[in-house]
Amino acid sequence: MSRTLRTLHAAEVGVGTELPPMVIEATPTFVVSTAIATRDFQDVHHDRDAAVGRGSKDIFLNILTDNGLVQRFVTDWAGSEALVRSIKIRLGVPCYAYDTITFSGRVTDEIEVGGERRFVIEVIGRDSLGDHVTGTVQVVLP
Amino acid sequence: MSSTTISDAAQRIVSQGDSAPRLARDPVNQPMVNNWVEAIGETNPVYNDPGFAARSVHGGLVAPPAMAQVWTMRGLHGQRADDDPLGAMTAVLDAEGFTSVVATDSEQTYHRYLRPGEHVAASARLESVVGPKQTALGEGWFVTTRTSWTVGEEVVAEMLFRVLKFRPPGEHRAPDADRARVVDAPEYAAGVLRPVISADTAFFWEGTSVGELRIQRWGETLRHPPGPVGTGGDLATTPDYVVARGTGTLYSYVVHHAPKVPGKRLPFVVALVELDEGVRVLGELIDVGPEDVYIGLAVSVVFLRIDDELTLPAWQVAQ
Repeated sequence: MSRTLRTLHAAEVGVGTELPPMVIEATPTFVVSTAIATRDFQDVHHDRDAAVGRGSKDIFLNILTDNGLVQRFVTDWAGSEALVRSIKIRLGVPCYAYDTITFSGRVTDEIEVGGERRFVIEVIGRDSLGDHVTGTVQVVLP
Repeated sequence: MSSTTISDAAQRIVSQGDSAPRLARDPVNQPMVNNWVEAIGETNPVYNDPGFAARSVHGGLVAPPAMAQVWTMRGLHGQRADDDPLGAMTAVLDAEGFTSVVATDSEQTYHRYLRPGEHVAASARLESVVGPKQTALGEGWFVTTRTSWTVGEEVVAEMLFRVLKFRPPGEHRAPDADRARVVDAPEYAAGVLRPVISADTAFFWEGTSVGELRIQRWGETLRHPPGPVGTGGDLATTPDYVVARGTGTLYSYVVHHAPKVPGKRLPFVVALVELDEGVRVLGELIDVGPEDVYIGLAVSVVFLRIDDELTLPAWQVAQ
């Protein structure tokens, strides 16, 4: 859970750089508190009876939380002053309560957008059922 | 025909363009940021340490970019706006039986960081509706919307969002128009060979009686004729089924000239049809002479209701 306040410099990063993994225990408390903190009150994120009634195994993580976790995963590594420009994710298998997601990531590209140099980081969040979330994040480093 | 209804509605909603901007309940504010970073486990001090933030590249506190969508969530008792394109498209698909929803893609672009006190508004438009597609979850349509978040006139963030609206398992009711494909055919009763209906095949025959061509599914693999074990041979798995669209092409056929079959006029055509979903299904091809039959002929299913116990699937030349 430790993080560096220091922000990586662009010179320290290149295509192929691996991010340290991040492990998230998706306890029921985590699923519910993140759903409410993202103002998502759909019952499948906090009411197990309702979730089961709709054909799910249990309550499950919402998408706004996936966005948050992907952002955190990248900036935990890149540092406090890395600027996040985009988060593009594809959603795979659900993450039910009591599962664990392990995020892994790698710098796959360096691009220039509007005179700004960005790193493209490929991110995968995997749980016991398979790929829960896959995608890319674009960041700017000093 | 439901596909046309859906495509027409999609075209109409796409042409309406952007919905009116809808203001977030609250301006960007520290308590909501604090709740969010606490729940997500985010420890970046630029979001909640004023001293650190002031000395940072931001020159002051900012909101986490991934919160963009949070500000304009409708909340516990929120209603969709009347001109919300996803709401309108959802209603159309619900009415056609595609009642379940799962999000598949979220692509957010942040043009700049937001600061406490800024009041964000969201507007959305329908980009595209693509389908019907056979997916692992069932038959469905991909609905793509684009949301823009603005502060005043300035676009601060954008999102492309895609959901799959699909026909849920357990609710395999075909639209009324499709059920009309069941026609009474008592004239077949005399000589008909009755299938042996087992626990593995009961769902298929229950489907034909209500005008549905049900295809067994093991995970993502369709199998016909249905069997007791999936292609992987894993005894722990159980199948469900999808309702086929009921259209396909003639893969092969025989013209039966002899011997005589009780209750049937000779010759008749037995067709092996490759469904749009990829599996092949046998059945009689009716209402067409053998001279007009050829490989590749487009056909659609029709259900011949013999009696209370049996409804047979058969094929006819597609309209």
